[in-house]
Parts: sequence; C-alpha cells; structure tokens
Amino acid sequence: MEEFVKMVHGQGGTAMQQLIKNYILKYLGWGEAELPLKALDDSGVMNGIILKSDSYTVKPLFFPGGNIGTLAVSGTINDILMVGGKPLALALGLIIEEGFPFKELSAIIESIANLAKSVDVPVITGDTKVVERGALDKLVLNMSGIGIRHPLLDHNFKVVREYRKEFNAKWLMDANLRPGDKIILSGYIGDHAIALLSVREGLKFKSEIKSDAAPLIGVMDAALKIGGVVAAKDPTRGGIANLLNEWRDKSNVGIKIYEEKIPIRDDVRSACEYLGLDPLELGNEGKAVLAVIDEMAEDVLKAIRKHPLGKNAEIIGEVTKEFDYVVMETIIGGLRIIPPPIGDPVPRIC
Amino acid sequence: MSDLKSILMLYRDPKLAKRLTEKIHELAKEINDYTLIMHVCGTHEWTITHYGIRSLMPDNVELRAGPGCPVCITPASDIDAIIKLSLDGIIVMAYGDISRAKGGKGISLEDAKSMGGKIKIVYSVQDAFLLAKELSDEDIVFFGVGFDTTAPATAYMIKRDPPKNLSVLSSYRYVPPAVGALLEAPDLAIDGIINPGHSSTVTGMKPYKEYFDKHKKPMVFSGFEPIDVLISIYLILKQIRDGKAEMINEYTRSVTWNGNVKAMKTLLSVFQLEEGYWRGFGIVDNSAFEFKEEFDFVNARVKYGIRKPTARGEFVEGAKCADVIKGKIDPIECPLYMKECTPDNPKGPSMVSIEGTCRIWAEHKVTAILKCRI
Repeated sequence: MEEFVKMVHGQGGTAMQQLIKNYILKYLGWGEAELPLKALDDSGVMNGIILKSDSYTVKPLFFPGGNIGTLAVSGTINDILMVGGKPLALALGLIIEEGFPFKELSAIIESIANLAKSVDVPVITGDTKVVERGALDKLVLNMSGIGIRHPLLDHNFKVVREYRKEFNAKWLMDANLRPGDKIILSGYIGDHAIALLSVREGLKFKSEIKSDAAPLIGVMDAALKIGGVVAAKDPTRGGIANLLNEWRDKSNVGIKIYEEKIPIRDDVRSACEYLGLDPLELGNEGKAVLAVIDEMAEDVLKAIRKHPLGKNAEIIGEVTKEFDYVVMETIIGGLRIIPPPIGDPVPRIC
Repeated sequence: MSDLKSILMLYRDPKLAKRLTEKIHELAKEINDYTLIMHVCGTHEWTITHYGIRSLMPDNVELRAGPGCPVCITPASDIDAIIKLSLDGIIVMAYGDISRAKGGKGISLEDAKSMGGKIKIVYSVQDAFLLAKELSDEDIVFFGVGFDTTAPATAYMIKRDPPKNLSVLSSYRYVPPAVGALLEAPDLAIDGIINPGHSSTVTGMKPYKEYFDKHKKPMVFSGFEPIDVLISIYLILKQIRDGKAEMINEYTRSVTWNGNVKAMKTLLSVFQLEEGYWRGFGIVDNSAFEFKEEFDFVNARVKYGIRKPTARGEFVEGAKCADVIKGKIDPIECPLYMKECTPDNPKGPSMVSIEGTCRIWAEHKVTAILKCRI
C-alpha cells in the first residue's frame, strides 16, 4: 500500500523520527562534520561554524505573547545556543500566500526586527516568494542562522573535566549524559502550546497564559559561565517527554524526574486536565533543559535563576542507572514510565 | 490557587500518600500472604497506572483490574447486529469508543462506515434524540452501551419524548451482580474489592449487600483520586489483617447507601433486569437492562429481531482479551499486547476504549511493573 505523509510526521515525536530516518538520513546521512546531520542534534557544526535552519508554520500567526516572527527568531537562536553556540546572524525566508494583508506582514517583520535587535543578532540575508491563493495557509517562514563556538564553552567543559576526566565532547550534545548528572529545567512548561490552543478556531477558551517564546541567550551565558553543563536542549515539539527520551536513547542512560519539581502554572495544569493533554508532551519556545554534572548543578541553578527567563528554574531529576527508561516519580511517590510521544498532541505550534 | 483546586490537591497530597504507603506496607507485612485486590472501573485503573500506585505496593499485594470498561464487555453479537443494521441502510448512532470495537466478525462500526454503513457518532443520548428528530424520515437505532451510570439518561429520554423513528439496542449492564460473580469466581480468589465510585453513586451501596453477605470479603467504595485509592487499599488490608470483612464507604462525598433513588426508579421503570452476557466474562444473572414489554415500540431487539447475546468465540486468535477483561491476567501477559495489538491498531476491545485496561497500560507504556524502594 502506498504510504502518505500525515500531520503526525511533523509533530516531533516517534513518527517524525521515522520520517527523518527512512526518508532523509537514508539519502543525506553521509555528510561528515564536527556535528553532522546524522547526530540529529539541534544544529550542525562544520569548521567551527554552527548552522541551523528552521521553518515556521504556526497557526494562528498571531497569538498571546508573540507571533510567527518572534517565534522564528527565538527558535532558531535557541537551537544554535543549545549545542554551545553564540548566534551571529540570521537569514529570513518568506513564503506568502496571495492576498495576505500588508498590515500583518509589516507587524510580523517589525517584531522580528525588534527582537533580533534586542539580542544583537541581525538578519543579514533572505528570500521572498509569493504563491497563489490556496497554495499554503497565509504565511510560512524559514529562519536560518549561523553561530560560532560560545566564548565560555571551553571554560564550561574544563569545569566538567575537573570532575569527569574521561569527558571529551567538543559540543553540548545529546549523547553526553552520564549517570549522576542533574536535569535542570529553566521554567514553566506548556505555556506556548496552551496559549496557542486558547486562540485556535473551534477551541477558543479564556486564558491569561502567554507564549513563552524568547531567545535564551542570557540563560545559556549564565549557565556556561559557571560551567559543568554537558548537554542542553529546548523542549519544543513533543515537550520534555520527547526531549528526555532523545537524551536517553542517544546517551544510553535512564532518567528519573520528579513530578513535584516540574514547574507548571496552575492555569496550564487545569487546561491540560480539562483537554486531556499531558503537560510533559506540550511544546515550549522559551525554555531550556540542561544536563549538568552533579557537583555544579546547584551553582548553575542559582546562576540561571538570577536571569529573568530562568527565575522559575528547578532541578527536576537526574540521570540514573536504576532504570532503562525515562521514569517519573509521581506526586504521590509512585513510578511511571514517560514514553516518547508519537506526535505532539497540539499540531502546528511552531 | 482556586478553592476547588486546593480541595483537589488534598487528594493528591504527597505527604499523606507517603504515610498511607508506609501503613500499607506495615499491614502487608503482618498479613504476609499473597493478597489480590480487584477493582472494576476503568477510571480506577487510570488512577492506579497514571500515578504509579502499583509501584508503591508491597510484593505480596497485587492490584488487578476486573471487568470495568463498558466497551470491553459489550457483547460481540450486539456489535455484529448493529453493524448489520448500519449496512442495511439504517442510521446507527453510537459513542465514539464503541464504534472502534470489533465484533465477532472482526469488523467494527468504524470499519462498516468505510464499507458504506450509515453511522453517526454522538456524545450523548440527548444528541441522538435531537438528531433523530431532525432526520425524521430515516430509521435510526441508538446503540445503548454502558453501565448504571449512563443507562438512566436513556431511560429518562425514552419516557419523556421518544422520536417515532428511533429505537434503542440496549446492551446496558448492571454492575452489582457482576461484582458478586467476580467474588464467586474460583479462578480469581479475590481477597478484597474496590467498588466503582461512579456506578455506586447511582446504584447506592445497598444492592451489594447480598453479595457481601454471601462472600464476606472486604469491600470498599472508592473515589478516583490517588489518595482515595490508597485509603481504599489500606482499608481492605486492615480488614484482612484483623480477620474482618465490612462494606466501607470511602467515597462519602458522592456514594450513599441508597444511591440516586430517582435515577434508579426511572431506569427500572423502563428496563427490567435479566440474565446478561458480558463479553469475556460470561453470563451474569440479573445484570442486563432489557426493555420492559410496554417499551417494545422503542426496543431494537423487537423491531429488528435481534436476539439476546450469548457466549461465542469472539476474540482474535491468540489474544487473551477474555482473561484481561475478567481480571485473570495483566495486559503484559497477553502475547499480542503492544505487538500486533496497539491503540492505533487495536485487536481487542480492551485496547480500544479509554477505559480499557490494555489501552490505559499502552498509553502509559507499561511494559513491566516498576517497584519503588519503600
């Protein structure tokens, strides 16, 4: 039977992993680099240059706390940061549906400009295409970016090696976790997905929740300055459930988290219970999860908390040999396996 | 935090949970023997699995799910009969989850739809009655599936104003006699039972008295938050240790001795209790809500000559659905679990319904029972 791409293939879970493995890596997995495509990490690295491309199809284009433009700046910058990079410049690709209002276009571009300026990462190139009405849904953005090695990354790794002599990774990679490492989450989860759902056609509900979309430059600077970070990742599609399972698979370790420690706003928790969603599977656009060596975890946490975007950070768990899974100790002390989600329960959030 | 939220959080209190867990371990140590506690509600299974309550249990205490999922126990022959009606051009209205359950011929209502069957998914019996009035030229059957919790609404609607073009195929089942049958089953040897809080809110505790008197096993009527379930386990173990058996109401915020008298009165004015077949479990006396004679005009069994269901070979070969539904085994003991049978491609009804034990385990990726160090 001929198979077709379904929405679930773009939702960051196991179905998307299958698509990437069977249809993309199969042909493109040969490229050698310091951080090659086949590592499937947040960005690629070659000759010390970090390269990232990300496309944005969020629906609706404007949502509480941001729009497709702020999302694009945040998402691409964050992916460069998460491998241990310092973002330098962005490239903006616009694909616009015929009939799209100029008023909305200029609002989006203006917010891209403002956010990029605030973190001093300019857009230095780009491309514009228009397609006939109906060929796509209003507007699709591509934001690519380049970066270089973060000036504090070598210091960070030096701190790691003080405690873990055998550590020899060059970048913050998904495969770097070892038993004993602590897992730090930089703040509340689920805000972005619930903010989007609250304005979706057919599902609108009253909510004060705003998207968390933001570039995490300050948070990563603070963490690397202390040192001891072995891996970093932003929990976008598939949420922290997907993120932790990727770490588990690539590092070949077990991970234990504590439900009580996971920062979730009351409103998000209520919305999740009402809608039957698992907050661990919801996408975020302004959060980082860090794996930090045990000895430095408290110091890194303190440093992150000083930054406004990290003030609700928590140590939510640790890497363990005790299990072969990602396991959560529930609020009442029971244990439950956290499986990788098949797809994101909320499609088109980024 | 809202007031409602803070009340709810009391039932998820970590400190209280820890104390209860410790007490449960102390009791289990004193009992020493293997102890099987069964519950008969999909929502209890969800709470137990979602909060990892099994991982907190002592080695000699096992929690097992019994027949507590309405979709799972709906007879395959009724599903087959309703599929046939839909293919014969009669509009079938059914809930979403039952429409995915396969009958004895290996097809579901959802499959029948792709074969040209006329099926409309509804969310309530009210929706079905409203839609039937809109489609007054069509013959319509509503598939009445569920327990004492959902049956009263159907009875009420039928008494009130039934559309002339609508009939109901009643597969409704009454829970108390099924609990009696479970306690009687020699292949289960249940030591204590957690009774379903929602169903008992309607039926009350009273109908369970005869089964309790006969078997004298600890029986606790339980709520659905994790603390409710832990208290219920504690209360059962305490009785076992003390060599006693009582009917205890843990879910006092909802369950009473007499239950919802009005709902039961309405229900029993339209239906009478007859011998009923439960898929995977067998025949249970006085457990099927069948229409009284004066309601023949709305009874799909009369209108279309559908026989009362009986036991038949009705599960996929190699699947252990019957044993899971009855509570003889856990889903991970079925060779098809998470291999050929998954939530995306369910082979048996327990993998279909959100109240099915297999589906609940599959969604929580249960492949082994983890144990906490207490």
